[in-house]
Amino acid sequence: MSPTTERITLAKAINIGMRRALEQDPKVMLMGEDIGKLGGVFRVTDGLQKDFGPDRVVDTPLAESGIVGTAIGLALRGYRPVCEIQFDGFIFPAFDQITTQLAKMHYRSRGKLSLPVVIRVPFGGGIGAVEHHSESPEVLFAHTAGLRVVSPATPGDAFTMIQEAIASPDPVLFFEPKGRYWDKAEVDLDAVGGGLDKARVARRGTDLTLVAHGPTVTTALKAAEAAAADGTSIEVIDLRSISPLDTATVAESVRRTGRCVVVHEAPVLYGTGGEVAARITEECFFHLEAPVLRVGGFHAPYPVARLEHEYLPSLDRVLDAVDRTLAV
Amino acid sequence: MNEPDLVQLLSPTGHRVDHPDYTPRIAHLDPEALRGMHRDMVLARRVDSEATSLQRQGELALYAQALGQEAAQVGSARALAVQDYVFPSYREHAVAQVRGVDPVDILKLFRGVDHGGWDPTEHNVHLYTLVIGSHTLHATGYAMGIQRDGLVGTGDPSRDAAVVAYFGDGATAQGDTNEAFVFAAVNNAPIVLFCQNNQWAISEPTERQSRVPIVERGRGFGVPSVRVDGNDVLACYAVTAEALERARNGGGPTFIEAYTYRMGAHTTSDDPTRYRSAAEEEHWRQRDPIDRLTALLEAEGELTPDYQESLAAEAEALGERLRAEVRALEAPPTSSMFENVYATPHAVVDGERAWFAEYEASFLVDGESATEGAAR
Repeated sequence: MSPTTERITLAKAINIGMRRALEQDPKVMLMGEDIGKLGGVFRVTDGLQKDFGPDRVVDTPLAESGIVGTAIGLALRGYRPVCEIQFDGFIFPAFDQITTQLAKMHYRSRGKLSLPVVIRVPFGGGIGAVEHHSESPEVLFAHTAGLRVVSPATPGDAFTMIQEAIASPDPVLFFEPKGRYWDKAEVDLDAVGGGLDKARVARRGTDLTLVAHGPTVTTALKAAEAAAADGTSIEVIDLRSISPLDTATVAESVRRTGRCVVVHEAPVLYGTGGEVAARITEECFFHLEAPVLRVGGFHAPYPVARLEHEYLPSLDRVLDAVDRTLAV
Repeated sequence: MNEPDLVQLLSPTGHRVDHPDYTPRIAHLDPEALRGMHRDMVLARRVDSEATSLQRQGELALYAQALGQEAAQVGSARALAVQDYVFPSYREHAVAQVRGVDPVDILKLFRGVDHGGWDPTEHNVHLYTLVIGSHTLHATGYAMGIQRDGLVGTGDPSRDAAVVAYFGDGATAQGDTNEAFVFAAVNNAPIVLFCQNNQWAISEPTERQSRVPIVERGRGFGVPSVRVDGNDVLACYAVTAEALERARNGGGPTFIEAYTYRMGAHTTSDDPTRYRSAAEEEHWRQRDPIDRLTALLEAEGELTPDYQESLAAEAEALGERLRAEVRALEAPPTSSMFENVYATPHAVVDGERAWFAEYEASFLVDGESATEGAAR
């Protein structure tokens, strides 16, 4: 049988991935606000309640801590809940449940309990939204041991990674680049994932390593394309996972290129870029030709929509960092 | 002090009180069953006093006494079926003991050798939760799982199951507890939300948590609610049995406010003389939950010398075993810090574990690790 490929959006890829999980494991269930008849505010769960019923695709009360807290209880009873947090900025009422309870149950029970809970979070900006609808809080969770934090950048990865996240015995924060929900690509619907914790080389290059995840992978690829026109060969790495961080893949690349720029929408201060820079400096110090640079959000609240394109790491700002790195 | 309106089947002086709804719920409790409750309460208090002593001797870092709350805990726990599941807060030592959890395991947390201490699935008792109210949501979710398992309202009492979430008066102010009421109510979940109102959230009286009697709060969520004399083991048994029956039969959640008193300090680090009066403590000493059941047994001729002697001996033996076994509990190996952080390999944890092992090995002296000493 030839592989079934379909040209679908990233949102649809997650939808089909969840449908597969619901079909294959009767313990899988989805829960969240407006995910039933409406199909979620981004329609990622479109059609699933109709096909799997309101006990498996659950419209919950409007209470994020309650969603995650009851998901923990359901997981203790043997279920595999997939929670949808409507927007990134609304995850904080559940922050306690995620960091003090979900993250630590396996550890505090000395491995006797496992919580296979997935928390899906549409994150990132660029969609002209109002306050609290464009944030990138992934490192707040990556800083907590016990959680896996991942983010797909392509429809193909979205399709396999959501299924791998649901199958994982560990809790997974699944950050969905909402600005890329409607990006389309050919997706192999027979594909199985190659592991939730591995970075991916998205483009081969020799002069500089550009590290990104989620929504900025596309920006990084565009930057590489633009740089190529100027004769600069950029390697693009899609981290895919923030926790764990696949330092080995990044370090292998930087040992070849000698230069590294990290780009993400989240504020630069104490961010993924800082962690990558520290680890690359430790592991590749004598291969580095220039300091590792970071491009990302500023240490200011996410701005009003009319200013967000100045706040976000644009193609120009990425290329500026590339130029500064190459100038050293 | 005004006496609130409470379901009561046993007066503070140990006399039976008739209640049209609840007396039938204890009709089957024979003298053996009553002595069983009495024994549970006495042994729980023995554990409490032993643990307090162990803390004073430096063997425990901290201890939270259940002193005074034995009736609320033993009465409710004895109403549970084996397939029911308990989510305690951190003071439910008597509940845990009734369910078969070894008190030595409970004290591992307080000795600082374990964050949990027992296998929750062995006795259907979840681990203690120290973040106030968080577990009420876990309990509600667990009850939603029982519903999805089809184990509610089958009519088979050996299969139908329910959950009890224990929490205190302070927890009723937490958002999570209120969300638990919402989720339990709209899902008609098979759960008993059991609040031991022991009058004090560390130093704050119940009036700092609620403007109305706590039992009223449940009704606002559409949850049938009952206020029971928490120092009356028979009444606590009866109201919990009724609530569990309703839950298992598909009747949904019930809220119970067990009106009781924390006779001891919040924990061994607390000093109640700073915030409450000796007169208040004396008032409640007159309502001691064990004394009133003892009085009933005595009045009904069931407090035989044989029973008393064997119970005293059992309590003494338990205290001795606790003392010996707790003192023997040692710190886990340092490498256990890195175990069970994740259920599947995680590169960062693996890297740090490997680095730390190498670091420790660098202190090898004559083939033995000196890190333990060096690190301190």
